[in-house]
Amino acid sequence: MELRPILSGMRRNKVGAVMIALEIAVALAIFCNAIFVIQQRLALMSRPTGVDEADIFAVINQWVGTPEDESARIRADVAALRAMPGVKDAYESNTQPLTERFWGSLLITLHPDDVGSLIGAADYFGDQRTLDTLGVKLAAGRNFTATEISDFRGTVDHPRTGGILVTRALAEQLAPGGQVLGQIATIIPLAVSAPIIGIMDRLQAPFVDADGMSRVVDNSVLLPYRFLFSRIFYIVRVRHGDLDAAMREAPEALAAVSRDRVILRLQALTAARGAVYRGSRTVALMLSWVCILLVAVTAFGITGLTSYWVAQRRLQIGIRRALGATRPAITRYFQTENVLITGSGVVVGAALATVGNLWMVKNLSMARLPIEYLVIGVIAMLALGQLAVLWPALRAASVPPAKAMRTS
Amino acid sequence: MFGYYLNLALRSLRRNLALTILMVGTIGAGIGASMTTLTIFRSMSADPIPQKSSWLFTPQIDNEGPAEAQSVRNISTSDLLPVKLTYTDAVALMRARAAPRQAAMYLTAVAVSPPDSQLLPFQVAARATYRDFFPMFDVPFEYGAPWSAADDGTHAAVVVLSRKLNDRLFGGANSVGRSLRLDKRVYRVVGVADDWNPTPHFYDLTGTYLGGTEQIYLPFTRAIDQQLSTEAGIGCLQRAPGNGWQAILHSECIWIELWTELPNPIAESAYRTFLHNYADEQRASGRFSWPARVALRNVQQWLASNHVVSSNIRMLVLIAAAFLLACVLNAVALMLAKFMSNRSAVSIRRAMGANRGAIFKQCLVEAGIIGVAGGALGLGLTLLGLLIAKGLFSGADVGLTRLDGSGVAMAELLSVGATLLAGLYPGWRTARVQPAWHLKVQ
Repeated sequence: MELRPILSGMRRNKVGAVMIALEIAVALAIFCNAIFVIQQRLALMSRPTGVDEADIFAVINQWVGTPEDESARIRADVAALRAMPGVKDAYESNTQPLTERFWGSLLITLHPDDVGSLIGAADYFGDQRTLDTLGVKLAAGRNFTATEISDFRGTVDHPRTGGILVTRALAEQLAPGGQVLGQIATIIPLAVSAPIIGIMDRLQAPFVDADGMSRVVDNSVLLPYRFLFSRIFYIVRVRHGDLDAAMREAPEALAAVSRDRVILRLQALTAARGAVYRGSRTVALMLSWVCILLVAVTAFGITGLTSYWVAQRRLQIGIRRALGATRPAITRYFQTENVLITGSGVVVGAALATVGNLWMVKNLSMARLPIEYLVIGVIAMLALGQLAVLWPALRAASVPPAKAMRTS
Repeated sequence: MFGYYLNLALRSLRRNLALTILMVGTIGAGIGASMTTLTIFRSMSADPIPQKSSWLFTPQIDNEGPAEAQSVRNISTSDLLPVKLTYTDAVALMRARAAPRQAAMYLTAVAVSPPDSQLLPFQVAARATYRDFFPMFDVPFEYGAPWSAADDGTHAAVVVLSRKLNDRLFGGANSVGRSLRLDKRVYRVVGVADDWNPTPHFYDLTGTYLGGTEQIYLPFTRAIDQQLSTEAGIGCLQRAPGNGWQAILHSECIWIELWTELPNPIAESAYRTFLHNYADEQRASGRFSWPARVALRNVQQWLASNHVVSSNIRMLVLIAAAFLLACVLNAVALMLAKFMSNRSAVSIRRAMGANRGAIFKQCLVEAGIIGVAGGALGLGLTLLGLLIAKGLFSGADVGLTRLDGSGVAMAELLSVGATLLAGLYPGWRTARVQPAWHLKVQ
């Protein structure tokens, strides 16, 4: 392909070429940063909880006044929930997976004398049925027994406990490569010291969408406590397909035990997932729209400008055709020209994208843009340019030489 | 003359309809995207209490030592000071009366038993605070008035209801003097606050959960007596509290907000000194083993240090602004194509006596029309975008992101401004067309 005539043609239309190159540069900078952010959000949203979300719902219960016999009431409630038709299992807890609430966290260590060894984690209270209810697999060690479960009053009481369960991810951080089963863990601020008796395969912490929490999101501790507090969670596992019916009947089953309560929330875990990731989903959605519009706007811009250019050069095209250039040669001319312009555009664009990303890394705590995204963006922009120039190039090739030279 | 330009511009735009639609669409998309994010940004970074935001201050005291605060960033501002106070500090600051107006507060919840005993009790968010809360934050009253300072002192069982709750419980009637059962105890209604929802919810940025915003206000002293626990969570950085309510009150756990009104710089600087001295006394008495570290922030400083405008929003604003730039670039390209295809007509006008300035002006009028139309389209897209963006907001913020009059004006201004800017170069180029050359080859 002869580049000389293309280059000299471009020199006569500097402005048009520069405009297209600039458009491509800006589009590339936005495009690869936007798809990177979208991908990050999608990755965040797709992290597993380790729980059978489809068949679980959570009830937040608030007592009216302060009941005297809280422990017995909770046991009665759990028994009533477990006796419901369609319900496989249930337990009472201080929290649930996939909840938007996050305030404080617990810190756990095997070396209580070394402040630097404290690791952030989430505390779940539960009993011997918790693992089965959630569908969390025990990777090593043993589960609680019914006799190990004790009452925990609010945040201010810390009964002794025979043992706790931790997730595999937390075990790895507590003793990298080492054995944690049987080791004594100290938990702050609950002031609990207890041996680790079991390791859970995976149980995600409740606070999944909090900034800066991704490092500890799989760090969970399961404590053998019945949570005696004004606000408690009942987690209920149903047989597959019975979720809606069980959720409808649960308030009545609880009301039959006692009416001195307020059901603050009754929510399927699938709905909880939607709620906690709402912000991330919206960002991904909005950026997707920006990307679509960006591609459309840039493509139309290139088509428009090239069309005008073709129209301007009808005479030149006619002469070339008359001198023996074939139609494919004319099409190829415009396509090659576009590759050259887009090519210089993506070079500038890659630099712009990197600068933009670095600024966001510094000011908005974003991650660094991996090189793959630049490559994808560059390929997308080159393809976009070719696609956008196709129609004007074909139009140019269809110029009949005789007519072009007569009317121009 | 302007009318003539307008006429010419409309004719010219109609002649090249596809290109015109493309330009309007491009500008519209850019305006839509940037106005959507800007509207969100503006509502999130708005001043919640503009009439006195620079005179309302919240104190912060380092009660755990800088090293401990680092482990749990969520409950400290960027300078690693805790975002709330301990009960000990809150009460000490209230007792010192170092500010003309001051109110400690925390979010709690109560079960309300409706006067109609047929109805089931329900849970509402409540704020335990002091009398000064109401005049300090200019809370409007529909009926009655705040409780008295004496009520704070006697731990009186009095409440101020929100208008919403008053509507629900008493059908919107004047309920001052009526009694109400909260958590099975009787309270007397002293006032009904009119609709009031400062956004962002500056005086308590952590406290909206399930119950939404608070619907009942009651004396702080009473709430402590009744052992009403905080709804916004309790932050214990290091040491665990002991057993029972008294242990929480005496712990180093933070859970109370405190706001003061310091009406002039002298009061502010005096309070700063007082606060520093207080923390230093605590050090001297052996409670803190580190040099006193305190901060006193007004509303705007407080919002900034808590990153109220999330990085999500900042990033969206940035990307949308870049997108608008791409759209403007595109408009420049299209206008260049459009104006230049019109060279022969321009040449005739030039030959008949129009000077370059006139041609330039006419090009800008054409650009301006595209700007107005693009702005209108952009407004439509903004409304659509705001619907999508609802998901960015949780609880209390929903419904705030409306496009107001200034937003509409801003969209149009931005649109016309951007297109005029985009039209400058193409217009200049067109005005420099050599009429003779184009007329010759015709």
